[in-house]
Amino acid sequence: MTQPIIQMKGVVKSFGCFQALHGVDLSVTEGEIVVIIGPSGSGKSTLIRCINQLEEHNGGDIVVDGIAVGKGRRRAAQAEVGMVFQSFNLFPHMTVLRNVALGPVRVRNLSWAEAETRAKRLLARVGLEDHIAKYPGQLSGGQQQRVGIARALAMEPKVLLFDEPTSALDPEMVGEVLDVMQQLAKTGVTMVVVTHEMGFARKVADRVVFMDGGRIVEEGRPDEIFNAPRDPRLRSFLQAVLSH
Amino acid sequence: MSIFDTFLNWKVFVQTLPLLLSGLTTTLTLGVTAIILGFVGGLALALVRLYASPPFRQLSIAYIDVFRSIPILVLLVVIYYALPFVGLRLSPFGAAASALSLVSAAYSAEIFRAGIEAVPKGQFEAAYALGLSPWRLMGDVVLPQALKIVIPPITSNSINVMKDTALASVVAMPDLLKQATQAQALAANPTPLISAAFIYILILLPLVRLVGVFEKRLAGRGR
Ligand SMILES: Nc1ncnc2c1ncn2[C@@H]1O[C@H](COP(=O)(O)OP(=O)(O)OP(=O)(O)O)[C@@H](O)[C@H]1O
Ligand SMILES: [Mg+2]
Repeated sequence: MTQPIIQMKGVVKSFGCFQALHGVDLSVTEGEIVVIIGPSGSGKSTLIRCINQLEEHNGGDIVVDGIAVGKGRRRAAQAEVGMVFQSFNLFPHMTVLRNVALGPVRVRNLSWAEAETRAKRLLARVGLEDHIAKYPGQLSGGQQQRVGIARALAMEPKVLLFDEPTSALDPEMVGEVLDVMQQLAKTGVTMVVVTHEMGFARKVADRVVFMDGGRIVEEGRPDEIFNAPRDPRLRSFLQAVLSH
Repeated sequence: MSIFDTFLNWKVFVQTLPLLLSGLTTTLTLGVTAIILGFVGGLALALVRLYASPPFRQLSIAYIDVFRSIPILVLLVVIYYALPFVGLRLSPFGAAASALSLVSAAYSAEIFRAGIEAVPKGQFEAAYALGLSPWRLMGDVVLPQALKIVIPPITSNSINVMKDTALASVVAMPDLLKQATQAQALAANPTPLISAAFIYILILLPLVRLVGVFEKRLAGRGR
């Protein structure tokens, strides 16, 4: 039986008096690719940021790889969960190679030599072997995001979270990042992806989760979600995003 | 008597130059000591102010506010003339270095805080997402970026510290200004004072220019 690697039960998150998540249940099994879609402000980012505790949830339980995360248990989750950000968030004062090698050295206690070997292998995998000595500011957006993916992978995380990884990119660079993610999906990595790229969701996802108003409204296989949406909110959302 | 004989008397200048140079050494030693202590203390204060638990945070804020409000001269006089009454007797150098460092640390703390706060939130998040410890996050990710941001204001503050070393002459510290006034009395001629003024300018003007260059470079990079 495949164990759930992420288990969220009744997760509640408020910002002051505004409630962003109204009791969300979600479990993700090992190797599963889950794509989260939904309108702006529906709580997609908040949900995945609770998984690695960039946001502390106010209620409910989150178990990652058998460890309950929450107050005081922040780092337990963070080393096992990788994250790729919309705005890359690479460290601008470090070379590409060092960006990728830093986590393994500081958190996994690898030597710099071991970590750099690993970093080079991962950077080659995302097609950036020729850019390892550059600084992030010298790369295109698409290249920076591929570094971001390599940086997350270098920690050998149990789960990879993506928060709109292509939304900040020029259209011609979206493809190269989605290609890398698609390759990654085939390797058995567990991925939770927030995206507006419906093509990616349809092609790569094992399960699509639709959120609205801080709740999961509907979830299912991509063909169910895209071809036979049941909830009227999902239908109008799909109509809006697929009509252009 | 011509103006040259009075204010720019070559003979007096040559005679008193050794005295002035010994004063300069004292001034530089004092200034550099206070700058380094103020830098380290300011960084520590800023980190406590930003990240420590509430009581320590309040203490840090109180320290920063008090030492930014007190005139250095008053602090210096208190340290040198009042503390002996409670058994704490500092040398002129010790008193001056303490006063300058205590105040410089308060100003530096506010500069560091602004620098740390100017590092984008995404940098902190990326570091947390990697699982870096708070110390690693600061040392590897945040401080290198913050230090770059604070180079111009920290340099400005260092210039102020250097200038404020002249206050040490009131506690009989043989610094540049003190030696210049002494030399003036001995030579019965104000040339040493004029020379001292030029020496201050000679040392600080390049630093002032440097701040301008730093600021221009930072602005040019648009970050
Ligand atoms: N730090 C915060 N403080 C206050 N409110 C917040 C904060 N972060 C998010 N919110 C609110 O919580 C709600 C959910 O935000 P979230 O970012 O999770 O939405 P999203 O689905 O990711 O939207 P988008 O597609 O625009 O990224 C929004 O209404 C947002 O305004
Ligand atoms: Mg979002």
